[in-house]
Amino acid sequence: MNSATRMTEPVLEVRALCKRFGGLVATDQVSLDVRPGEVHALIGPNGAGKTTLVHQLSGTLPPDSGSILFRGDDVTHLAANARVLRGLVRSYQITSIFRQHSVLDNVALAVQARSGSSFRFWRPVRDESALFDEARAVLARVGLADRADVLAANLAHGEQRQLEVGLAVATRPAMLLLDEPMAGMGPEESERLIPLIDGLRKDVSILLIEHDMDAVFRLADRISVLVSGRVIATGTPDDIRANADVKRAYLGDELEAASGGEA
Amino acid sequence: MQRALTLAALALAIAFPMAAVPLDLDFYIGFASRVMIYAIAATSLNLILGYGGMVSFGHAAFFGTGAYVVAIAMTHGIDSLWVSWPLAMLVSGIVALGIGAISLRTRGVYFIMITLAFAQMMFFVFIGLKAYGGEEGLNMPHRSVIGLGLNLKNDATFYYVVLTVLVATLYLLRRLIDARFGRVVEAIRENEARMETIGFSTYRYKLTCFVIAGMVCGLAGALIANQTRYVNPNLMHWIVSGDMMIMIILGGLGYRFGGVLGAIVMLVLDEAISPYTTYSKIVIGFVLLAVVLFAPRGLAGLFDRKRVRAGGGHG
Ligand SMILES: Nc1ncnc2c1ncn2[C@@H]1O[C@H](COP(=O)(O)OP(=O)(O)O)[C@@H](O)[C@H]1O
Ligand SMILES: [Mg+2]
Repeated sequence: MNSATRMTEPVLEVRALCKRFGGLVATDQVSLDVRPGEVHALIGPNGAGKTTLVHQLSGTLPPDSGSILFRGDDVTHLAANARVLRGLVRSYQITSIFRQHSVLDNVALAVQARSGSSFRFWRPVRDESALFDEARAVLARVGLADRADVLAANLAHGEQRQLEVGLAVATRPAMLLLDEPMAGMGPEESERLIPLIDGLRKDVSILLIEHDMDAVFRLADRISVLVSGRVIATGTPDDIRANADVKRAYLGDELEAASGGEA
Repeated sequence: MQRALTLAALALAIAFPMAAVPLDLDFYIGFASRVMIYAIAATSLNLILGYGGMVSFGHAAFFGTGAYVVAIAMTHGIDSLWVSWPLAMLVSGIVALGIGAISLRTRGVYFIMITLAFAQMMFFVFIGLKAYGGEEGLNMPHRSVIGLGLNLKNDATFYYVVLTVLVATLYLLRRLIDARFGRVVEAIRENEARMETIGFSTYRYKLTCFVIAGMVCGLAGALIANQTRYVNPNLMHWIVSGDMMIMIILGGLGYRFGGVLGAIVMLVLDEAISPYTTYSKIVIGFVLLAVVLFAPRGLAGLFDRKRVRAGGGHG
């Protein structure tokens, strides 16, 4: 990471990834890369296979073929938790938090995962102030500082989405796979998440899946478009806006829909 | 408040044999020891089931293993408590490692079935083990030898040894649950998939938890063998596993004193009712139903005002 030449190498490289569910090809020869410090957005209609791709990148689902390289290492067959420890961390489109834990405890768990062994049987966690200090710092970052002691189940929907991202951030990732972080958020809640994601790019590379086109075009350095499991285009936001295939397949509808209902 | 209650209960438990002897209630010293032994076993099950969310239906396998180790060791002339009880824990731990390593690869109903199957398999193995009594089981000529100028033949002495083990078990459980390991185990119960994707190898934690529980239950088995001076394969029967489950559901899943409360209620009820009817299990069934309906967090949950458990459950 410290050499200047490596800075230009992609952090994440996906090569010809394939995944079928019976007759359905959910991931069809997907190749893409994410460069250091880049926000690479992945857009596409519902059912395009975006979440399925995240499942494979994070190790939740095994691909049928193809490979995943992270920081130069092949992680295609690495267990999910091992990828996290290497810095490849995801968040979920469908909120997955510890509902019966306080907000602070949620984040402290994620911090605990990355700071030393948890095969410790004697010392009470509550005495480990370093864990909670770091957890509070993360909460401040995702805008939940004043909700630390609330039970996660009792958070408002938008706040649960913030916590969802907070859990991922707390693991000190080198790369984040954010699966529709703004899903179900109101406009002003999304507005809070945008600077957070923007601020992360200093030290984290991001693959951002998002339906909110306004957020995508504001945040992304590059955009890839996934339709029916295939990447039909990759390029700068301007390229993508101008791309006729993309317009036909997806973006035209989406931009029209943006004035009307929710995507 | 809970601390005061705990200390009062402990004081009562310490005073009990001293009061029982003059009152001619010696019989109940043995009974109380039995209750405490089941409390230890149920507490160990509570660690994996209540805290860890692993619905093991074969916990009696470790109970029986611990008991047999002590009895078999005695037939080979090993009667020191300091050797045979740790050996019981060690062997039970190894058995738990084997059973856990395989069954923890499965989920949900498969896990329940496979743990049950392993325990029943061991039950039949010991029935077939004619060298150690087969179906008849084994008698122990005497209780384990403790030394230190004490003799476990004395029921009050044995009672205090059991009480010591119980208190130690509860204390260790508390340390473990409050420590990092316990945090991880409880969070796995809540959301195992997310634990993986924040970086925990959940399998390793669950297996470790399973082995610890197996060892503690093996120690309870060593105690029950000494209590009755008799072991047989029924100690491993699924009914015993089921009884332990009922105890912690009654007492409170995931509560430190859940196993203790459940063992007391269940065994006292059984003892009180069985002279009058052969249907004591049915009465216990109704009590269980009432607890599940009116105190779904179990008896320990009734004392717990602070902890609000939001919906969800064992995931
Ligand atoms: N476990 C599964 N089994 C079968 N089909 C699935 C499974 N997961 C997703 N799919 C299907 O794969 C396609 C892609 O789904 P998904 O990755 O969730 O899309 P997106 O996140 O882009 O909306 C959809 O048609 C979906 O129904
Ligand atoms: Mg999706």
